[in-house]
Amino acid sequence: MSTAVAAVLLLAVVVYAVFGGADFGAGFWDLIAGGPERGRRPRAAIERSIGPVWEANHVWLIFIFVVLWTSFPEAYASITLTLFVPLTIAALGIVLRGASFAFRKVVATTPQRRVLGGGFAISSVLVPYCMGAIAGGIASGRVPAGGRAGDPVDSWINPTSVLGGVLAVAVVAYLAAVYLIWDARRAGDVDMVAYFRRRAMAAAVAAAVIAAAGVLVLRADARYLYDGLTSRALPLVILSVVCGAGALVLLVRDAARGARVLAVVAVASIVCSWGVAQWPYLLPESLTVSAAASPTGTLTAILFAVALAAVIVVPGFALLYVLDQRGVLPEEGVRD
Amino acid sequence: MNAMLGGAVLVAAVDPVPWARAQMAFTLMFHIILVPLGVSWAFMTLIANYRGLRHDDQDALVLAQRWSKYMAVTFAVGAVTGTVLTFEFGLLWPRFMGQWGEAFGVPFAFEGLFFFTEAIFIAIYIFGWRRLKPWAHFWTGVPVVLAGVLGSVSVVAANAWMNAPSGFTLGPDGTIVDVDPIQVIFNDAMPLQAAHMVIAAYLVGGFLIASVYATGMLRGRRDHYHHLGFVIAFSVAAVATPIQMGVGDSLARWVYNNQPVKFAAIELVPQTSSDVPETLLGHLNQDGTVTGGIPIPGLASWLSDPSTGESTVVQGLDTVPPDERPTVRQTDSVHLAWDVMVGLGTLLLLLSAWYGASWAFRRRMPASRWFLRAAACTGVLGVLTMEAGWVVTEVGRQPWIVYNHMKVQDAATGNTGVWITFLAVVALYAVLGVTTVLVLRSMSRRFRRTGELAEHEIPYGPREPQAAPAPADQERVR
Repeated sequence: MSTAVAAVLLLAVVVYAVFGGADFGAGFWDLIAGGPERGRRPRAAIERSIGPVWEANHVWLIFIFVVLWTSFPEAYASITLTLFVPLTIAALGIVLRGASFAFRKVVATTPQRRVLGGGFAISSVLVPYCMGAIAGGIASGRVPAGGRAGDPVDSWINPTSVLGGVLAVAVVAYLAAVYLIWDARRAGDVDMVAYFRRRAMAAAVAAAVIAAAGVLVLRADARYLYDGLTSRALPLVILSVVCGAGALVLLVRDAARGARVLAVVAVASIVCSWGVAQWPYLLPESLTVSAAASPTGTLTAILFAVALAAVIVVPGFALLYVLDQRGVLPEEGVRD
Repeated sequence: MNAMLGGAVLVAAVDPVPWARAQMAFTLMFHIILVPLGVSWAFMTLIANYRGLRHDDQDALVLAQRWSKYMAVTFAVGAVTGTVLTFEFGLLWPRFMGQWGEAFGVPFAFEGLFFFTEAIFIAIYIFGWRRLKPWAHFWTGVPVVLAGVLGSVSVVAANAWMNAPSGFTLGPDGTIVDVDPIQVIFNDAMPLQAAHMVIAAYLVGGFLIASVYATGMLRGRRDHYHHLGFVIAFSVAAVATPIQMGVGDSLARWVYNNQPVKFAAIELVPQTSSDVPETLLGHLNQDGTVTGGIPIPGLASWLSDPSTGESTVVQGLDTVPPDERPTVRQTDSVHLAWDVMVGLGTLLLLLSAWYGASWAFRRRMPASRWFLRAAACTGVLGVLTMEAGWVVTEVGRQPWIVYNHMKVQDAATGNTGVWITFLAVVALYAVLGVTTVLVLRSMSRRFRRTGELAEHEIPYGPREPQAAPAPADQERVR
């Protein structure tokens, strides 16, 4: 049963990376969109695109925490004690990002918008970097078992963490650009399609280069993870490479469909490969999933909540998505 | 000043516990202000929506639509501050989560579920103003109301578990070996505590919103729209207030029976005795005597168990060792918070009675300016009442984090840098709070100035019509 909960945990990480990650990535493009004049149109496109969904995406992160602290409390205590600093930065970054984004839309003057927009954009880069660094610290075995604190500095400032952080920023920027192409195409905005297509290709190449360099980093710094990635997780790595390459080809050829799905699969499979590579460990080489797991009663409750979510949340989410995709329905209700 | 800061750093370097407590208390007290709006505003919005559809009242529909847009802002801020709380459980209390997470954490799995449902349906509801048929749109708001209530019940279930821990078996080494999730969620303190919080959410949310419209009416905006906004919100609060008094009374009796030391702190009872007076204000001294305040003879005993009246015995603070009861300062805070909660609650009850009597006898809300002035204060008073109640239950539990099982000092992180994060959080939240209010005010001003022209600019607002953009759109996209 602990395996099932671990799978749920990994799934939540994947979903957070794919949905939440894209929101952060949009902030990255916002950050480098240039001055108020030059960056106006891309910023408007970004605002339109992520407005409705960003707050719901926090729930994946909350869910990751909830699963960790209920099902693997000892590991959770170790992680929060060891990685106190990057977790704190991520938490503050989330506040800054969410608030400044929501507020930027309602303030009117340009200087106010610039301050809030700056807060939104910088924290959008900071948070995924910290998340990637945290993943790197865990994956390279720097978090000890037993609810103890590891090295407070080396645990997140180390080769694997830097790799994780940079890769996370590149990947979310890539995902966001691919989504934004789709949105711009739907809005019939040819300029913005070209704008984000160029950026999606650049981000794809950057992510590929970082990932390739990362193999060498992992070989030197996170041997267990490296061994896993080159053995039992190899099919997932290959899937990711194939999908990533396929998505790039579609981007280059300016294909209307397909790139988005391939990009999502590429990112999802690379996140999955992390989980598979460090199996059976939750904290590599010090705490296995089965040893870390809570009593059966708790795990049952978690799986029950997940099943309930599938029944309640998925239809609601599908409805929201359909309403969003259908665009313009007959206008009813209040005149506007 | 420098010496003080230096001293603070020195203290922090040896002891992160007070800073961790301060940070947790601060972020919770901030978050709890947003809770009533997240839980009860959707209900009030649906009342306005229903009225608008049923009686073809255009003002009511506009009101519902605007409320749903304000709600999006407060919900977003609540979502963010709530996310911070989930970080803090681990960052500030890792040893608590490490040892008790498998039991304490369970309700949060369901809270997450309800929170997600609420987020999705708020988004659908706000989108739906343009895209759904009116009654279908109305029904998409109903899950928001239900999820709001169930979500806060789940969170309070976890807090209630800290007061009445149950549903687990401890092994020989003191770690949890078995968990009964049903017992964890439906622990002994949960039903009353959850009811008290949900009703508080309706009470405070109603008064908060009503106070805004009362202020508007005092400034001469006495149209149908403002009248509706006031009557819907104030009626909800006025119905909730007497119910809350009853539930609160039962909860106090539950505390008397199950957490006698907390009860002793509430009633300021140093030694066990019968015929205990209800002391208004006053404080406890280090030597265990009570100074100041106005004692009402026998009332605390009588309220604790009316069937035995003044002879009811109330257990004193001295029945447990000093390190297992709140300190003198904590006791004073609990007692003062209790007085504030009951006192302000009574004021709100009287005002609700005035309002109810006016409807009963004159079929309209009170016309007096004094009533409106008082009503304009109820928002702030309601929040203070709720915060005071939160202090009673949290500080009254000290020094325990898990009642009779784990002390706060054993639960906290060993990270000595917590004082830095505390200061950062206070600064960030101060900006957040001020900006939230400014944003809500600027939305309100814009609604008044331009009608609905610019409404799509609000977060999650209906997207602008793509065929023929309004002038404001062209401005923004150009």
